Amino acid sequence: MDTRRSRKLGTSVNWLKRHLVVIAGLFTLGFLLLPNVVVTVFSFNNPKGRFNYEWQEFSTAAWTDPCGVADLCGSLSLSLQIALWATLGATVLGAMIAFALVRYRFRARGAVNSLIFLPMAMPEVVMAASLLTLFLNMGVQLGFWTILIAHIMFCLSFVVTAVKARVMSMDPRLEEAARDLYAGPFQTFVRVTLPIAAPGIAAGALLAFALSFDDFIITNFNAGSTVTFPMFVWGSAQRGTPVQINVIGTAMFVVAVLLVLASMAIGSRRKRQKA
Amino acid sequence: MTTKDSSGDVRLSGISKTYGSFTAVHPLDLTVPQGSFFALLGASGCGKTTTLRMIAGLEEPTSGTVFLGDQDVTALPPYKRPVNTVFQSYALFPHLDIFENVAFGLRRRGVKSVKKQVEEMLDLVQLGEQARKKPHQLSGGQQQRVAVARALINHPKVLLLDEPLGALDLKLRRQMQLELKRIQTEVGITFVHVTHDQEEAMTMADTVAVMNAGRVEQLGAPDELYENPRTTFVANFLGTSNLIEAEVDTKAGDDIVLKAGGGKLTLPSERCSASTATGGKVLVGVRPEKISLVHADDAGEIPDGRNRITGTIADASFIGVSTQYVIDSPICPELAVYVQNVERDGRLTPGADVVLHWSPAHTFGLDAAQDIDAGTEEEAA
Amino acid sequence: MSTLTEAPPPLAPAPEKKPPRRRGRLTPYWLLLPGILWLLIFFALPMIYQASTSVQTGSLEEGYEVTWHFATYWNALSEYWPQFLRSVLYAGSATVLCLLLGYPLAYLIAFRAGRWRNLIMILVIAPFFTSFLIRTLAWKTILADGSPVVGALNTLHILDVTSWLGITAGDRVLATPLAVVCGLTYNFLPFMILPLYTSLERIDGRLHEAAGDLYAKPWTTFRKVTFPLSMPGVVSGTLLTFIPAAGDYVNADLLGSTDTRMIGNVIQSQFLRILDYPTAAALSFILMFAILIMVTLYIRKSGTEDLV
Repeated sequence: MDTRRSRKLGTSVNWLKRHLVVIAGLFTLGFLLLPNVVVTVFSFNNPKGRFNYEWQEFSTAAWTDPCGVADLCGSLSLSLQIALWATLGATVLGAMIAFALVRYRFRARGAVNSLIFLPMAMPEVVMAASLLTLFLNMGVQLGFWTILIAHIMFCLSFVVTAVKARVMSMDPRLEEAARDLYAGPFQTFVRVTLPIAAPGIAAGALLAFALSFDDFIITNFNAGSTVTFPMFVWGSAQRGTPVQINVIGTAMFVVAVLLVLASMAIGSRRKRQKA
Repeated sequence: MTTKDSSGDVRLSGISKTYGSFTAVHPLDLTVPQGSFFALLGASGCGKTTTLRMIAGLEEPTSGTVFLGDQDVTALPPYKRPVNTVFQSYALFPHLDIFENVAFGLRRRGVKSVKKQVEEMLDLVQLGEQARKKPHQLSGGQQQRVAVARALINHPKVLLLDEPLGALDLKLRRQMQLELKRIQTEVGITFVHVTHDQEEAMTMADTVAVMNAGRVEQLGAPDELYENPRTTFVANFLGTSNLIEAEVDTKAGDDIVLKAGGGKLTLPSERCSASTATGGKVLVGVRPEKISLVHADDAGEIPDGRNRITGTIADASFIGVSTQYVIDSPICPELAVYVQNVERDGRLTPGADVVLHWSPAHTFGLDAAQDIDAGTEEEAA
Repeated sequence: MSTLTEAPPPLAPAPEKKPPRRRGRLTPYWLLLPGILWLLIFFALPMIYQASTSVQTGSLEEGYEVTWHFATYWNALSEYWPQFLRSVLYAGSATVLCLLLGYPLAYLIAFRAGRWRNLIMILVIAPFFTSFLIRTLAWKTILADGSPVVGALNTLHILDVTSWLGITAGDRVLATPLAVVCGLTYNFLPFMILPLYTSLERIDGRLHEAAGDLYAKPWTTFRKVTFPLSMPGVVSGTLLTFIPAAGDYVNADLLGSTDTRMIGNVIQSQFLRILDYPTAAALSFILMFAILIMVTLYIRKSGTEDLV
């Protein structure tokens, strides 16, 4: 009896040992997802008072009226606009730099690389403060344009990194083959380089969009009285948090997961069809 | 038809390429006649690919001129040259299917109805069924044929092939060599083929240029290069050569008599690329398969007039069709001898004393000022 | 760096005879121009402006001028050194916690997840799409007094230990250093997991078998093979976590109290509320240099030069 029990104990200790990393990993995953669960649950809350931090009772009021709070949906649409323009700007400028870095030789390559790398190695608050110093010195009116300028600036480096990785893994002979087959520089770029680099450009653009849309620190410094969605959330943390921000947060999470799942499903179906 | 069409001639005149202080190709003059199958052979880094890329327009020559027929194309970008390339590892466009890969050149030149041409071309390379597949779904050999089709459909004046068979396994490579040769004969286009594989160059090409360190060492028909190499590099890079240091003794008619160790060797003077002043040093070369081997006891049976060397067998390896011997001789260590396995002499084992003999007509003479081992390393690689 | 095969050696300014054409010699410069200009004007130039502001004196009403008043730096340091110290401590603790929490998950995704790999990956990235401020506010609920999490910590007597250490206060977690570090850890954890995953995923699974074949126990295999090979990920992960965490002021503001203010909070309030620009600029410069120095030393020590 005793030996059997100790053997049983031994096997369960062994099981634990073998799966320790899985257990620890899942714990971390839980840690990462817990706030999203809370955000979702509290989007159905009916809080007393101005803050939505304590559970009171179930209500779908906020879901039926997501724009029911003054300025919320306005700030959301402003953030979307800024994110779209910033994505466009940063992607075009960043992709151009990435192509130049990978495909051409030129002087001052090291300096260019450092200039790309530094914004990523700089605390946001430093960039935010110095950019504000510039705008104040120049007497620039803070608002939409200063936010957009700032966003393109800090998204740029990330786009360069993403596109560079893709272009670097691309065989330069493909472009040579295109030129050899009567495609001029423009045709080569449009017919060969761009389609092959597209996944990298898309990844860079997606990253830029996410960074811009969610940026708070740099925007906080350079927005003046303009209110983006993160600025709205920040302000509401001081004045009172409407349930609607949880609704928006939950909706964004769900839409993002669904989009990713859908694209994966399409991708795998395409793969299966081809095979 | 006209008597002699020279519009497909490739003429390089004084062409060179330097990168900073590194010279990839020294000033080079080369003429590839219309319709010939020309191979640039050499180890990696010898400048053969750079030369090819200058013909394609992918590389700007530092000096010199490229002519296609009578036209100076040096200033033309690749997309304006009537030249197409089969790239190393093919460079098929991964985002386009086979049909679109082959149609690429036609479409860029504004050809409207490409369907018939592309289908014919795919049939020629036996890939009609695969038209709608993506390149990564094809095998190596199939991809190679797509690359050839993609280039040939444009009816270039010259087709450039950059190590086109390098990625294939040995068996497929042999098969594709014959296939490419067949296509070349059929379409009659000038082929310029870059390879590091000497067997490949010799099987396929009418003319081979052996390149080393940015220079053409020797140019000629494959058998001419093999039988009568003019530099140690060519002698060692194409197959194997035994090179023996000797000194010019006398000249007898068309022959030169040389002293090597205690013995004498005879060499036809037209087969000697070195100066033949009496007392001058010459490297005497002979291919391993030209040498006959007899046991020292039978030395008397060797006919007169043959070059002979004595030695002992250091090593013998049986490789089926032949046996390869390594012979140590007082005048030259490690001579290679290949003997066909017709009737094997049981006495020819390591340690046995032997006499090597061969016809003077199979002897060649090289300038002794060269590195005697040039080209041996590369050959092994 | 480049994957060019048979790439020609770099083109030196050779005294070559110029051929009639030079195709695309200026192309790289045209490609670089707009983006680099953008970074020069809106990233590098502001740094210069800020450097100049930090040595100016004056007031908002009368205007500022450059007086090379370096005392601002000294004053800022002597007044705000606790906040600097706190930033380094909090960001450092959060980085260590991120590594401890992130490594198992990255390892799980790379080697043990099987067909769940993509799903877990999505779950790691997806929270990004909910504004991080909303998610940080959720921690206010999670760590609220009497919440299940705090209750559990209390029952397990963990809060006794942390209170003794001075990072929580009695049975409160919210508005303590622990809450701020927890928020920082949470917010920057994905920046640790992704580079870790990238470098782990590159490791050939056969190396584990080879190590096992050569008498290494699983833990030894990890210590001698897996971990050293994942060093690039560890280095870039810790940098991507530490740098933003050290400059952050959101977590300290939302989850902390006046006793947990970090240097980011000081810079923010100097700039946006007190409007003492020279002090704010000096603080921001000190932060930048402190981080650059720490990062350089760290990279030297860990011997990895390839970042991101």
